[in-house]
Amino acid sequence: MSKVIGLSGNEAAAYAAKQSKVDVVAAYPITPQTIIVERFSEYVANGEVETEFICVESEHSAMSACIGASLAGARVFTATCSQGLALMHEMLYIASGLRLPIVMAVANRALSAPINIHCDHSDMMGSRDCGWIQVFCENVQEVYDWIIQAFKLSEDLNVLLPMAVNFDGFTISHAMEDIKVLEDEEVEAFLSTRKVKYKLDPNEPMTFGALMLPDYYFEAKRQQEEAMKKAYEKYIDVVKEYEKLSGRAYNYLHEFMLEDAEAAIICLGSTTGLVRQVAKKLRGEGKKVGVLKPWLFRPFPSKEVLKALENIKSLAVLDRAISFGAPFGPLCSDIMATFFSEGKIIPIFNVIYGLGGREITPKEIEEIFNLALKTAKRGKVEEKVKFIGVRE
Amino acid sequence: MSKLTWKEIPIGGVIPKGGTAIEYKSGDWRTFRPVIDVNKCVNCLICWIYCPDSSIIRLEKHVDVDYYHCKGCGICAEECPVKAIKMVEE
Repeated sequence: MSKVIGLSGNEAAAYAAKQSKVDVVAAYPITPQTIIVERFSEYVANGEVETEFICVESEHSAMSACIGASLAGARVFTATCSQGLALMHEMLYIASGLRLPIVMAVANRALSAPINIHCDHSDMMGSRDCGWIQVFCENVQEVYDWIIQAFKLSEDLNVLLPMAVNFDGFTISHAMEDIKVLEDEEVEAFLSTRKVKYKLDPNEPMTFGALMLPDYYFEAKRQQEEAMKKAYEKYIDVVKEYEKLSGRAYNYLHEFMLEDAEAAIICLGSTTGLVRQVAKKLRGEGKKVGVLKPWLFRPFPSKEVLKALENIKSLAVLDRAISFGAPFGPLCSDIMATFFSEGKIIPIFNVIYGLGGREITPKEIEEIFNLALKTAKRGKVEEKVKFIGVRE
Repeated sequence: MSKLTWKEIPIGGVIPKGGTAIEYKSGDWRTFRPVIDVNKCVNCLICWIYCPDSSIIRLEKHVDVDYYHCKGCGICAEECPVKAIKMVEE
């Protein structure tokens, strides 16, 4: 039996972590993630959870404490964003390299300088190769659902990788929505107890974080990449099982009006809802447009993306981050590689938008759709990378 | 010993046993060795506490050095209150 309650994105993350019965939370508050830590510390103070809350002096220590706790066999949760995530950067690799299923909520926020507290995806994109599973959420409901599913996926013994649940800072983190939540017992049954392969145990000493020089380091990394493949396979089992429980489906991609679409937009996070709304309006005008939203960003669902877009004649890829000096933004690079590696050459262009919390308007999205339709007709891209919403 | 493949190594680079550093002669790195004057040593064990490598060996009347693992950092010589330890170039 599910009930409906009003929660902000941050509160939903804290609530889901609470229901997931985490053993340890080590986190440092940073805007716009602060409320996750506040709410969770309230749960601890009120005795609503049996969780060890570790107050740390920085995000670097937060992730370090999470790593230690996870090694000891605990179910671990943390949250961060922006400069905090950047400060964790070194430890993110240690968490994934040691194969620890830590779950982290990231309320995506721009990186300094200049200082900016609002949303874009620069923070997680800066850590995109850190070996973590990554999902992007569109709304508060998805934040709640993904935190719970994240524990299931990351703790699978064939996976054992840390996982970041991304959601747009302020747009989702501070927006209050009605969401459907599961009963505590349902979450407990879905997650079961965490099983571990190796853990710190005085009675059975083991060596963690040992030296691996040219003789073995490469093998360890190859093995990590294999774990990503396993995560990709396991993903579908987890979301199917969760769908049975909740009625909400997260099958790699959300496809919207793509069956007969000529042009499409692909993007991550909260913008997708608005893009779908504009697409609906344009459909009313007889324009064949569609929208694709991948939840999973790492491992990247190349096969599914190709299948969903097999009849598309032109594609606009929206990136809420810049990869300075690179040919395209991070999402677009992956899309380009996905298409090119299968020998599928269609006109694809990249749109950089919304940096530092700048809003993208329905009118701008309409422009992008119209440009994509024009590109589909011409069969050729006019401008490879467009900056939408910046003052020219 | 033949090298293991990526499919064979334990996950996460774990060595599923402890104390493996005992087999590794880290003392090979040393430039200076601590030499203990047993006549001066009062067996106060301050060097034993301070040694970051657990390379000071406790004996009945004085201490000794585990030269297989001592990296020659010189902390013991620095901390010895009776100046019983001298750093000698290898």
